[in-house]
Amino acid sequence: MTPLSQLLPGQFGKLVSLNPDQAVDQRLMALGLLPGMALKLVRRAPLGDPLAIEFGGQVVSLRLAEAESLIVDVAADCPVQRPKNTP
Amino acid sequence: MSSKEISVALVGNPNTGKSTLFNALTGLRQKVGNYPGVTVARKSGRCDCGDGLKVELVDLPGLYSLAAASPDEQVVTDVLLGSLEGSHQPDAIVVVLDATNILRNLFLASQLAELNLPLALVLNQADIAHKQGLKIDTELLSQRLGGVPVVLTSAWKGEGISAVRRAIAEALNKKTKMTRLTWPSQVESALNTIVQTIEKDTGKAPSAADVQRILFSSNTHTSDRLGWSHSHRDAVVRQARDQVRAAGYNPLAAEPLIHYAHLRKVLEGVTVGGNGKQGNAAALDKVLLNRVVGPILFIGIMLGLFASVFWLAKFPMQWIQAGVDFLKAIVAPALAGTPMLQSLVTDGIIAGVGAFLVFLPQILILFLFVGILEDSGYMARAAFIMDRLFSWCGLNGKSFVPLLSGFACAIPGLLSTRTIEDPKARLATAFAVPFMSCSARFPVYALMCAAFIGPLYGPGWESVVMVGMHCVGLIFAVPTAFVLTRFVLKVKPQPFVLELPRYQMPKPRDVIWRMWQNAAEFISKAGTVIFAITIIIWALCYFPRDAQMSDRIKASEPTLSEHELQARTQAAMIEQSWMGRFGKAVQPVFDPCGFDWKITVGVLASFPAREVIVSTLGVTYSIGKGAEADSEHLRTAMQEAKWTDGPRKSTPIFSLAAVLALMVFFALCSQCGATIATLAQETGGWKWAAISFFYMTILAWVMAVVVYQVVIRLT
Repeated sequence: MTPLSQLLPGQFGKLVSLNPDQAVDQRLMALGLLPGMALKLVRRAPLGDPLAIEFGGQVVSLRLAEAESLIVDVAADCPVQRPKNTP
Repeated sequence: MSSKEISVALVGNPNTGKSTLFNALTGLRQKVGNYPGVTVARKSGRCDCGDGLKVELVDLPGLYSLAAASPDEQVVTDVLLGSLEGSHQPDAIVVVLDATNILRNLFLASQLAELNLPLALVLNQADIAHKQGLKIDTELLSQRLGGVPVVLTSAWKGEGISAVRRAIAEALNKKTKMTRLTWPSQVESALNTIVQTIEKDTGKAPSAADVQRILFSSNTHTSDRLGWSHSHRDAVVRQARDQVRAAGYNPLAAEPLIHYAHLRKVLEGVTVGGNGKQGNAAALDKVLLNRVVGPILFIGIMLGLFASVFWLAKFPMQWIQAGVDFLKAIVAPALAGTPMLQSLVTDGIIAGVGAFLVFLPQILILFLFVGILEDSGYMARAAFIMDRLFSWCGLNGKSFVPLLSGFACAIPGLLSTRTIEDPKARLATAFAVPFMSCSARFPVYALMCAAFIGPLYGPGWESVVMVGMHCVGLIFAVPTAFVLTRFVLKVKPQPFVLELPRYQMPKPRDVIWRMWQNAAEFISKAGTVIFAITIIIWALCYFPRDAQMSDRIKASEPTLSEHELQARTQAAMIEQSWMGRFGKAVQPVFDPCGFDWKITVGVLASFPAREVIVSTLGVTYSIGKGAEADSEHLRTAMQEAKWTDGPRKSTPIFSLAAVLALMVFFALCSQCGATIATLAQETGGWKWAAISFFYMTILAWVMAVVVYQVVIRLT
C-alpha cells in the first residue's frame, strides 16, 4: 500500500482508501473514484506536478499535494476497468 | 421572463456537449444575464417542443455533483431547488450525459431524481460511443429508471435534436419521474430523523433533496436556508451521521458509494461492448503533454494567441480609431457655431463610444482562441502544463491565459477569467491581470525612453528600462495574488481536480456565438460605464470656459503664429479648467514623486485611459492636441522644462529620478476606466473594483516616491 503520488507513470493500482473529509476526495468520489476502483497513473505534468490519473474511462488531473490522502495497492498488471461492487 | 412560462433546466457534467445541445435547441434565440448577486452567468433561450409547446430552456453551468463544493456549484444547486432568490424552480430537468461514460454521468442524474421533478435523459455524443463499439439499450435504461424518456443524440452533428424536443414535451406532459434509489434502512432512518426534527422545529417538512444535503454535505448552507438553526441541530445531525456510520458508511462518502452501487445495478445489461478508452486522447496526449514537445507546442500556441491579440487586433483597432476620427471630422464643421456642443459631441460622445468600441477586436480575437482552446479540449491540457507555476501563489493553471492576454490588454484578460472554475483563483487572477503591462502603457515608456533614457544613457539602457518596466507589474502582481489568496479571501480553496476530456473539433457556431455573447455583454455593461467616464473627464477638462482667452494671449504676445496661438490657448484653457485647478491643488501630493503640476494634470486626466497622458502632456506643454509618443516637439519641450520655483528652481523637471518615477507610476497605477468597469462586471459588484483601484493607485504612488527619492539621492 502506497500513496498514489508514489506510483510511476504507466503504473496501475487499486484504490484502497481516501479521506472523505477532504474536498479533493469528495470530488473524486463524485467522479466515481471509490475504494476498490482500479486506476492508472498516466503521466506527470512536464514540471512534475500535477498528475494525470485514469479511472472509469476518464482522465483526471490532480495536484500532488492534494493527492496525499489517496492510498493505492500497486498491482503489476491490473487493467483499468469498471471495478467490482464495493459497499 | 413571465412567471407563467414553463422553464426547463439543462443540467449535466462538464464536457458533455451540453452547450452545443443548448445552442441547437434554442437556435441562438438566447438571453445572457447573471443570477442576482452572483457572477454565475444565466443563459436561457426559447425552445420549441412541438404542438405549440414553447418552454424557456435554462443552460446551467456544468457540475459533477449536487454536493456543492464551490459557490458557483451552489448557485446551480440553489436554482434546481428553487431556493435562489429571483428565480423559480424549473418545471422539468433535462440531464445531458456523456454516452461514453454513462455511469459517472448518471450519478448527478440520480441525485437530481431526489428533487422529484419531471426529468428526461439525453445521452449525448452517441456518435463517439458508437465508434467505440458501445451499444446502449435506451429502452431498458428508461424502463429501469421508471419510464423517464431516454434519447440518444449527437448534438455536434445535429442528430437527435428533435427527439430531445419530444422528450422534453413528454417529461412535461406525463410528469415522468426518475426512480429514486432505495437507501439502506439505517440511512433511511437517519434521513427520517432529520425530516421529523426539522418539521417539528420549523413547522415545515423539508424536501428529500434538502435533507440529503444536510446529512451528506459538510457545510450548513442548506439548514441555514431552511431556517433550521436550533441549538440541537448539530447534535441531531451528528446523531444521524452516527446511524450512517453504524451501517458501515463514512457519512461524507455514503452518498457516492450508495448511488454508484445502485447505478451499477441499473446499468447491468444496458451497455454492451465499448473499450472504455478515451479514444483519441491517449495518443494525442502522448505528444501534447510530452515532457519536451508538450511545453514547446504550448509556448507556440500561446505565442500565436498573444500575437493575435497584441498585433492582429491592431488593424481593426486602427480602423475603429480612423472611423471615430472620420466621424469627428464630419460632425465638427456642422457644429462649428456652437463650440461647447462641438466639443461635447466630438471629444465627449464620439470619443466615448470609440473608447469602448476599440476593445472589441481584442475581445473577439481572444475569445475566438479561448473558444477553440476550450471546445477542443486543449485548455484543460494547458492548465495541466502550467499549474505548477501558479499553484504556489494561490492561482492555478487556468490563470495563464488571462494573465498573458493582460500583456496586450486587461479587458479581454479579465473577461477570460471566467474560464477559471475556482472562484478564489478566479478573483485573484482578475486582481492580478491589471498589473500586467498592457499595450496602453507602451507609449508612456516609449516617450520617456526616447526622450530621456536613450539620449542620456544610450540605446542599450533604453532597452533595459523598456524590458524592466514590463516586469514591474508582474513583480508586484505575484506577491499580491499570494497575500490575497492566503490571507485576505476567506473562501475555501477549491481542489484543482480537472477532467482532461477527449479532444474534439470545435464547432464554429458555438465558438462564434460565445465570442459575440462576451462582446455584447461587455458593451452593455462595461461599455456604458466607460462612456460615462469619458464624458465626465471631458467636462472636467473643458469647464469653466474663458471665451476671451485667445484674444488675451494674442494681445500680450502679438507675434505668435496661428498654430502657436492655438496651442498656447489650449494650454491656458486646460490650466484654468476644473481638471487643471484640481491638478494644481493636488500637485503637492505628487511632489515627492517629482511631478510638477503639468505632469499631475496629465496623470489625473489619464485615469480613464492611461494612453491619454501623451496627448495631455502635448496640450499642457503647448504643443497642441494630437501629440504622439514619437513627437519631436513634445520631446524637446519636455527636455527643456525646468522647475520655475521652489528648492529645485531651474533644474530640469524630467530628471532621471522623475522619469523613472513616472514610468513606475504608470506601470502600477490603476489608470483605466474600462478595466475598473470590467472588474466590476466580472466580480459581480463594485467592491473588488474599488479595492483594486485604490490598492494599485496607492501602490503606484508609494513606489514612485521610493524610486524618485532613492534615485535623486544617487544621481
